[in-house]
Amino acid sequence: MLRYLALKIGRALFVVWAAFSLTFVLLFVLPADPVDLLFDPAEVNAVPPEVREQVAAGYGFDRPVILQYLTRLGHALTGDFGTSVQSGRPVVPTILDVLPSTLLLAAGALALALVIAFVIALAATSARRAWVRDLVEALPSGAVSVPVFLSGILMLQIFSFRLGWFPAFGDRGARSLVLPLITLAIPVSGPIAQLLVRSFATEFRSGYVTTSWAKGATRGGIIVRDVFRNAGLPALTIAGITFGNLIAGSVITETVFARQGVGRMTQAAINTLDVPLVQGTVVLVAAGFALINLIVDLIYPLLDPRLRAALATGRAA
Amino acid sequence: MTVELDALAAGRRAGFARPIAGRLGELTRQPILVASWLVVLVVIGWAVAPGLFTSYGPYAGDASASFLPPSAEHWFGTDRLGRDLFARSVYGAQTTLTATLLAVLIAFGVGTLVGLIAGFAGGIVDTAVMRVIDVFLAIPSLLLAMVVVSVLGYSTQNIALAVGISSIASFARVMRAQVLAVVTQDYVKAAYGLGVGRLGVMLRHVVPNSLSSVIALAALEIGTAVLAVASLGFLGYGAPPPQPEWGLLVAEGRDYVAVHPWASILPGAALAVVVIATHRISTSYRKDHRR
Repeated sequence: MLRYLALKIGRALFVVWAAFSLTFVLLFVLPADPVDLLFDPAEVNAVPPEVREQVAAGYGFDRPVILQYLTRLGHALTGDFGTSVQSGRPVVPTILDVLPSTLLLAAGALALALVIAFVIALAATSARRAWVRDLVEALPSGAVSVPVFLSGILMLQIFSFRLGWFPAFGDRGARSLVLPLITLAIPVSGPIAQLLVRSFATEFRSGYVTTSWAKGATRGGIIVRDVFRNAGLPALTIAGITFGNLIAGSVITETVFARQGVGRMTQAAINTLDVPLVQGTVVLVAAGFALINLIVDLIYPLLDPRLRAALATGRAA
Repeated sequence: MTVELDALAAGRRAGFARPIAGRLGELTRQPILVASWLVVLVVIGWAVAPGLFTSYGPYAGDASASFLPPSAEHWFGTDRLGRDLFARSVYGAQTTLTATLLAVLIAFGVGTLVGLIAGFAGGIVDTAVMRVIDVFLAIPSLLLAMVVVSVLGYSTQNIALAVGISSIASFARVMRAQVLAVVTQDYVKAAYGLGVGRLGVMLRHVVPNSLSSVIALAALEIGTAVLAVASLGFLGYGAPPPQPEWGLLVAEGRDYVAVHPWASILPGAALAVVVIATHRISTSYRKDHRR
């Protein structure tokens, strides 16, 4: 058990470190002159050489790469990712400022996506007619196929410009959260629904369901009492993918709805080549991903007695 | 895995034995699949010979025809400069589809090779490669693609490269799992027993038998890659504005969505239809294999 724990934690830490190193190579080593990245592409040729040298010294670009790497890594370990080139503020507070807004959006969208996914899976399992089932099962694939920016624009067009139910832009109050929430929930719900439809179908054919049929349970009773409880668990295994979808979706959702947040900040940072801010964001996202996978790895055995037994005998390590 | 591969082989044999007429008859019972193939073929036509599908040029503007609503003459309406949006969508197919194809080829080629090496070499090589793959999987592919594009510079080719690089990991993982399953098969052991070298076994037995799942993933990945390319185009990392590109078309129309909704919704809807069609085709492909 302890070995399992150490292994999982070690892997999570490795992912975060490697994300840091990868972004360091991409952003600080690969560009021929990283100083170029620090200036607006349109103005880079107008910058006098003295200023360039000063900036290079300020960021430590004049020192050997390996020293730069170790310094940056050392600072990053204490939570210091340098200062944003655009605003001059430290990276971590800049991210923390906009984080709550994105967390709110992502948490709400995730909750809504789970509801949509469970409704689709329940509808597909309880549908008796083949064509209804086929139609419901086609929904998740449709949900991931419609580009987020298109569904966002459609929502804006219908619900804010035509019907005037919700404000079109900004992030004031709960009403402005509704449209971005739905927009983000649609693509996130797709993969979860696909997984649930499959695991509901598997569970529905399993032995304990046959037993319940034999005992005279109704179709609805079986779905709610037996299948629902057992089939929900596998959804946890794609928590990491869901997290990635939420991040990627929030970049576009926040852009379409002009909302403040990590996604929009990342986009702005990339547009202005704000290298320290980009690196900070990527490492933060990778850390979030690693943490979520770690939590899933650790609590999954607690939730699934079969896995717990396997772990106790040391087979799953 | 064994069962799946056997079933696959059986399915193929039965497929060849069935007369062509029967297969066509089966197709008519799946109208959505037929429609999906039609959509994909038409869009490939757009990309190959855009001139056949529209008489307007993608850059030819008419200032007096600014923001015309969709009509028989302008199917998707016109944009601010009076350019025909249908023509721009048709010509944009070339930009977007070329980038998509390039991205999938990069991801497929590199991912398959990496997965093959990891699965076949095993041991420390496998562990090292898989940990690197973990890192790539930990960064959402859109974010990774954005970072790569920012380093390479904005252009459609770089978008393709970025999207390709960001999907290498998933290909490598699937290929490795397949290779690991195939390596333990009896026919591989038999080949070793007959004195075939490691390279010979790998090329003649492991690669052909591992590829089917990866090809199925590639089919699925085409839809995802179209979306990724268009999303990056929408965010403004792709071709510079006068050039037609699907994501960019939506972004250009977005500023006028309150007054002239068709300008961004129709090109976007065309994009969505294409992605749905490729998804439908790739799922039918997977189902055929399962049978």
